[in-house]
Amino acid sequence: MPTTAVSTPLPSLGTDPFSAEVLENPLPFQERLREAGPIVHLSHYDILALARYESVHATLTDWQSFQSGAGVGMSNFRYEEPWRAPSLLLEADPPHHDAPRAVLSRILGPRALRRLRDAWFADAEALVDQVLADTEFDAVTTLAEAFPLRVFPDAVGLPREGRENLLPYGDHAFNAFGPSNELVAKGAPRVAELSAWVEAQCARERLATDGFGARIWEAADRGDITERQAPLIVRSLLTAGVDTTVHALAATLYAFATNPEQWRRLRERPELARVAFDEAVRWESPVQVFFRTATDDVEIAGTTVPSGTKILMFLGAANRDPRRWDAPDAFDLSRDPSAHVGFGMGLHQCVGQHVARLEAEALLTALARRVQHIELAGPTRRHLNNTLRAWASLPVRVHRA
Amino acid sequence: MSAADTAQAPAGPDTATAPQARVAAKRTMADGVVSLTLRRLGGGRLPDWTPGAHIDLVLPNGTTRQYSLCGDRWDPYSFRIGVLREPDGHGGSDFVHDELHEGDVVGIGGPRNNFPLVPADRYLFIAGGIGITPLLPMVAQAELLQVPWDLLYGGRSYSSMAFLDELRDYGDKVHVTPHDTHGPLDLDAWLPAHPGGTKVYCCGPGPLLDTVAHRCAGWPTGWLRTERFVARSTADGARDRGFRVELRRSGRTITVPADRSVLQVLGEAGVQVLSSCRQGLCGTCETAVLGGEPDHRDSLLDDDERAAGDCMFVCVSRSLSEHLILDL
Ligand code: FES
Repeated sequence: MPTTAVSTPLPSLGTDPFSAEVLENPLPFQERLREAGPIVHLSHYDILALARYESVHATLTDWQSFQSGAGVGMSNFRYEEPWRAPSLLLEADPPHHDAPRAVLSRILGPRALRRLRDAWFADAEALVDQVLADTEFDAVTTLAEAFPLRVFPDAVGLPREGRENLLPYGDHAFNAFGPSNELVAKGAPRVAELSAWVEAQCARERLATDGFGARIWEAADRGDITERQAPLIVRSLLTAGVDTTVHALAATLYAFATNPEQWRRLRERPELARVAFDEAVRWESPVQVFFRTATDDVEIAGTTVPSGTKILMFLGAANRDPRRWDAPDAFDLSRDPSAHVGFGMGLHQCVGQHVARLEAEALLTALARRVQHIELAGPTRRHLNNTLRAWASLPVRVHRA
Repeated sequence: MSAADTAQAPAGPDTATAPQARVAAKRTMADGVVSLTLRRLGGGRLPDWTPGAHIDLVLPNGTTRQYSLCGDRWDPYSFRIGVLREPDGHGGSDFVHDELHEGDVVGIGGPRNNFPLVPADRYLFIAGGIGITPLLPMVAQAELLQVPWDLLYGGRSYSSMAFLDELRDYGDKVHVTPHDTHGPLDLDAWLPAHPGGTKVYCCGPGPLLDTVAHRCAGWPTGWLRTERFVARSTADGARDRGFRVELRRSGRTITVPADRSVLQVLGEAGVQVLSSCRQGLCGTCETAVLGGEPDHRDSLLDDDERAAGDCMFVCVSRSLSEHLILDL
């Protein structure tokens, strides 16, 4: 692996951003990183870090200078063997990225989702009715996990059995973008079994004929992608489609439970549900970090970065950069959260963002109708992941309307 | 290129505006063919595109015409198009040839791609005349992917065939057939009875496309892909003046001046519309249209969806009618 010989001395921090302490609460570290400079050396891993909105946004959009094909985790595929076949979307660059992306963008685009809207709103109503039989419950398991698991696997066309594998598989995949620390080790024993299950679900014959999965295979029939690409594209849905949404919904519910005046606003104007969800994604950044790799000797903020250098982009830090956002630490529905980088930006921007927004809109709309007030009812617990900012437990108490 | 340069690319809420470009270069490529190099007004990245994509070019005389991108997508700062002078071009191509000069400002929409390059074991590219333009980035890409390919390029005469110098580097993969000296393209010799792993991309005048389509009639769908090169002019009379937008649900009307986007004006009026890319790429700002005729400038809608006129992306799209009604 090349060392990062950069042309000018950079500010350097020795903290391990993937240590349990930082993952538990990354905000103080991210602030130090942001204030240290536009580009910072992280000596613990000998990598470069970006934490300001402007440089993160610029790097995300400049796919020509900062590639994804060498992996969007710490591992550099130029020198290291990936733990599984690289994703055709997340871990690919143009021109290889073009066809899979075009196919999936269409299948998960807003107009394609219209046919799901009514059903998902009805599903959200039904789930909320059922959950509100109690006034105290854990918002992570009963809502944030339950709703995506209720609607998404059906939309993909997965069989019923084995769906419980989706969350641990996604959790491991997102841990694996970080260094090989204890979080990765903890997931390792089940990798073979979970991967085998996921891979089996990607086959055409496993997928219901009217779901996203079947549409991917239809694209292969038209020659828009190859038969070899189709299962890997289905795999992307299964890897990135559940955990991220679960944690984004949990972030939204936590935000409301701790900001009662914002809940009142949502109840007054339920059409703010979409804005509320994006504001929560900005505020908590369920996907905290991704890497890029310099394709060549490239310049960032006056520093020449040698080809092959891994660059860690702190999406969460950018989403709270005071240079870009007024009062960034406030969860505020009157703010315009547009252009946050919580879904990434540019060519690789989250292809499932419209799916996530629709799920959130359905769930928040149903909750806003039935819940007058939501508050924390006990100690909360974080779930640590190298990439994701997540909750293990959010005990809440609700007052029904 | 550096991240420092790209940092100037429009990103914030204040910078999103109707996409405009300056003609940075205009060159004669062949008899009756000029190329234009366009750069974003005020600098910064242009939207990403893939081979086969075209843009809408909104000319200062109000004509909107569509042209395939034929430059290098690894250069995010410029678009290149090739323009053939067409006798019946309704004022579009004549204007480009005679009245558009380096330094002039044009509007742009898209890019959109109805003719994407999909994976194959082998490509056969067939170009007729100016139909070469979308195929130029395709051959570059096939080369990059190390997929074997051939290009059949027919035209009236050598002197009318553009971009021959750029194609010379590809050696014997390029088969140039000027009609006046070599006769018509020998399609029978090149088109197999069954495509196997070969995908055929054909762009050019109607008769060429019809012949190729007829020849490949028994092929599975998706193995022959064509783009008809016609002087499409979908949005004559693009507005260079402002327009009014009625917000049906809130019962308000706002005025969008020529130099502001609908999204910007909505934001200033306190109407929250969620957006993200602000380039017509991501789909976040989709808004339902209840009346009036949108001037679509996004990269997302296909021709049918555009024609339906029931939704628009307010970060880039505008209005052809003086009055537009949105479901806001
Ligand atoms: S904000 Fe992305 S399409 Fe308008």
